[in-house]
Amino acid sequence: MSATHSIPRRKFLQSSAMATAGLLIGFRFALKGEAAEESGEFTPNAFLRIAPSGRVTVIVGKSEMGQGVYTALAMIAAEELDADWNKVRVESAPAAPAYFHTAFGTQLTGGSSSVWSDYDQFRKAGAVARAMLVSAAAQNWKVEPASCRTENGVVIHEASKRRLAYGALATAAAKLSPPAEVALKDPKNFRIIGKATKRLDTPEKTNGSAIFGIDVKMPGLLTALIARPPVYGAKVRSFNADKARAIAGVKGVYQVPSGVAVVADGFWPAKRGRDALVVEWDEGAMADFSTAKQREEYAALALKPGLVARNDGDAAKSLASAAKKIEAIYEVPYLAHATMEPMNCVAKLSENSLEVWLGTQAQTIDQGAAAAAAGLKPEQVKVHTTFLGGGFGRRASLHAQFVLDAVHVAKAAKAPVKVIWTREDDMRGYYYRPIFYDRFAAGLDAGGNPVAWTHTIVTQSIMTGTPFESFAVKDGIDGSSVEGSKELPYEIPNLRVELHTAKTGVPVHFWRSVGHSHSGFVTESFFDEVAHAAGKDPLELRRALLAKHPRNLGVLNLAAEKAGWGKPLTAGRGRGIALHESFGSFVAQVAEVSVSPAGVPRVHRVVCAIDCGQIVNPDTIKAQMESCINFALTAVLYGEITLDRGRVQQSNFHDYKMLRMHEAPQIEVHIMPSTEKHGGVGEPGVPPLAGAVVNAIFAATGKRIRRLPIRAEDLKGAAGVKAS
Amino acid sequence: MKLTVNGKIVEVEAEPGTPLLWVLRDHLGLTGTKYGCGMAQCGACTVHLAGEAVRSCVTPVSRAVGKPITTIEGLSPNLNHPLQRAWIEIDVPQCGYCQSGQIMAAAVLLAANPKPTDKDIDDGMAGNICRCGTYPRIRRAIHRAAELMARGGAR
Repeated sequence: MSATHSIPRRKFLQSSAMATAGLLIGFRFALKGEAAEESGEFTPNAFLRIAPSGRVTVIVGKSEMGQGVYTALAMIAAEELDADWNKVRVESAPAAPAYFHTAFGTQLTGGSSSVWSDYDQFRKAGAVARAMLVSAAAQNWKVEPASCRTENGVVIHEASKRRLAYGALATAAAKLSPPAEVALKDPKNFRIIGKATKRLDTPEKTNGSAIFGIDVKMPGLLTALIARPPVYGAKVRSFNADKARAIAGVKGVYQVPSGVAVVADGFWPAKRGRDALVVEWDEGAMADFSTAKQREEYAALALKPGLVARNDGDAAKSLASAAKKIEAIYEVPYLAHATMEPMNCVAKLSENSLEVWLGTQAQTIDQGAAAAAAGLKPEQVKVHTTFLGGGFGRRASLHAQFVLDAVHVAKAAKAPVKVIWTREDDMRGYYYRPIFYDRFAAGLDAGGNPVAWTHTIVTQSIMTGTPFESFAVKDGIDGSSVEGSKELPYEIPNLRVELHTAKTGVPVHFWRSVGHSHSGFVTESFFDEVAHAAGKDPLELRRALLAKHPRNLGVLNLAAEKAGWGKPLTAGRGRGIALHESFGSFVAQVAEVSVSPAGVPRVHRVVCAIDCGQIVNPDTIKAQMESCINFALTAVLYGEITLDRGRVQQSNFHDYKMLRMHEAPQIEVHIMPSTEKHGGVGEPGVPPLAGAVVNAIFAATGKRIRRLPIRAEDLKGAAGVKAS
Repeated sequence: MKLTVNGKIVEVEAEPGTPLLWVLRDHLGLTGTKYGCGMAQCGACTVHLAGEAVRSCVTPVSRAVGKPITTIEGLSPNLNHPLQRAWIEIDVPQCGYCQSGQIMAAAVLLAANPKPTDKDIDDGMAGNICRCGTYPRIRRAIHRAAELMARGGAR
């Protein structure tokens, strides 16, 4: 720290580890060729630093996992700062209260919420810095601040034609106190927010220099792999490490809470050492568990009355007197997140401090758990957030799994350690998207209008037993189990949604779009069934029942129009439409699909319309919709984790397949202009896709898919155009 | 043993069966090449061995002795390879973890086929998984890089 630092800056540094975050190992996210930090920087608040060189550093507490949050939040601060965008870079924040999610009260990246969480505070951070730079210039020129304006990183006094760049004002501005109140721009004057803007992290991600958790290096760092229980909850009974210790490069073998750790001077000797370990396990209560048996139990539960999540009118009575009744069972499996970067964490422990490096979505939880495991206070733990090689919820561990692994092994090995999960560890590491089993019934009146809708959901609770239980679980109903089902937007007078929360022992977790990943599929597919049973066009019936939901209707109409709904299609193809609201955004998608004689579906094209309220970076919105669609299509075509004899049966990408280039559809994204409050974009494109695809398969073949992933046997011989 | 990595001769001490991936990452500190699956399923570890795209996670380091190895760090000195320029122009990466492998696979595709069709891209890139689903942009960027190369953008 140089002597020029102002008091607010020193105060800020006391409460955070910002000044040293990342310096030692150089993963600081910085544009090439720049020094990590300059002396004499102006630090108006926790979110900005302006250097004498003019460089603007935006400090972001949200994690960059591909969703473009570093760029979006930097755009917001730079807008109000009137920064020169070419001089803006982002640095990941330490774990500190200044970076807590403004609604969740903890440092967390999830729920497609980063922009709405941080929009106001990043605007204000930029505006405060701008006001201080203007004051510094005005003092220098001995003019009124109100007579100055700013543009592209420069303060300008028009009357005297004087100009000072922000960098030249940094030292003087650092001596001023921040104003209590600042005026924000009229959005009509925005020149960065709302404009398609290139991501700041693309160059690093194009030459191999971007640092993910798995890439962290430091002197003396060892690598560990952990032999983990073959069955969830199994305990080590005994182990023999003689052969493992004999392998060159293996430094030690230690029992830790999650299994037996082999510590070595690199991944490969650690892997060979682990392969050579002999571990005897007490397999415990889950040793007989199978998803096949679980399915039978869920089917039986679905026939019983559950807890009522929504009850309009009298659905049972209305169903009993309906002119036509439609019933169906829908099912979705456990899903692994399968981030491209498997889980990992580095821990470096000394007597009075602990540093951890990882790609995480949940810094505060990690910090607290690491402190407890190391016998330290949370403020003695520094959390360095690297880039995340995919998150999708997996890296928001509510039990700080990856950090605890690393802390325990570092403690045992008395050395800095990187624990890496192999792909197999990761795939078999549980915390899956829960299985859902859904029983539906709907009633039509004589005119084919839906008058009753009942939906019984059987699943596990994600939130029970986590720090979020108190606000997420109400009257026994986990909101994430019924989200998107309970809020069915269609005007149906008698509507009842019930939930059974099964106490299955397999740990479950947030998986991109959480409960919506299921509800978008089942409600929109069953609605399609209802429309066909009523002899109505699925788009027209949706329109008719959405009169009170203009934003739903808006994206529905936009997607339908852009997709050419009702217009002729290539022979053999069918079109399907689906709509879903989640995370404050509304998304409709139209898929065009054909099915081969062998029963293999091919999604040719997906047209997507989104209304996510006000727009920050339209190109990121498009990119996220593309990502959501391909992510969701993987689940439609392939995703399924099964267990037998307590063991997860999938292990790697050969048996838990991913969508590949040749299967990726042509995607068109249309963004609805809006002045509404910001919604999310990282997840809301996932929920409608499965429904759009299976509805298109029905349109093409007359076959209804009610269970994911799509199985070839469900579609064999279905090729070609529907007979009707 | 001696290896030639990105034009430099380096001496490494490793058991001959060690996968090239871990020699690059753990011995040489070249972390741009990624571990994704360890069984040649995902392509995140793709490097060039004598100009061919190989999955370094299943390539024993002994096989690389005496052959030039190029990793993402060696593709260009300053992000000026047509693929890198196209990747930046089209903003391909999201999480970015698979992108080194994608670019290295695309570089071999373009070297053999300077004007690939969509089908050629499907075939050439089928071994590389992107969990973020950036496939539409990878496709566009490969076409764009082909254009840049045709205009003399190649190094």
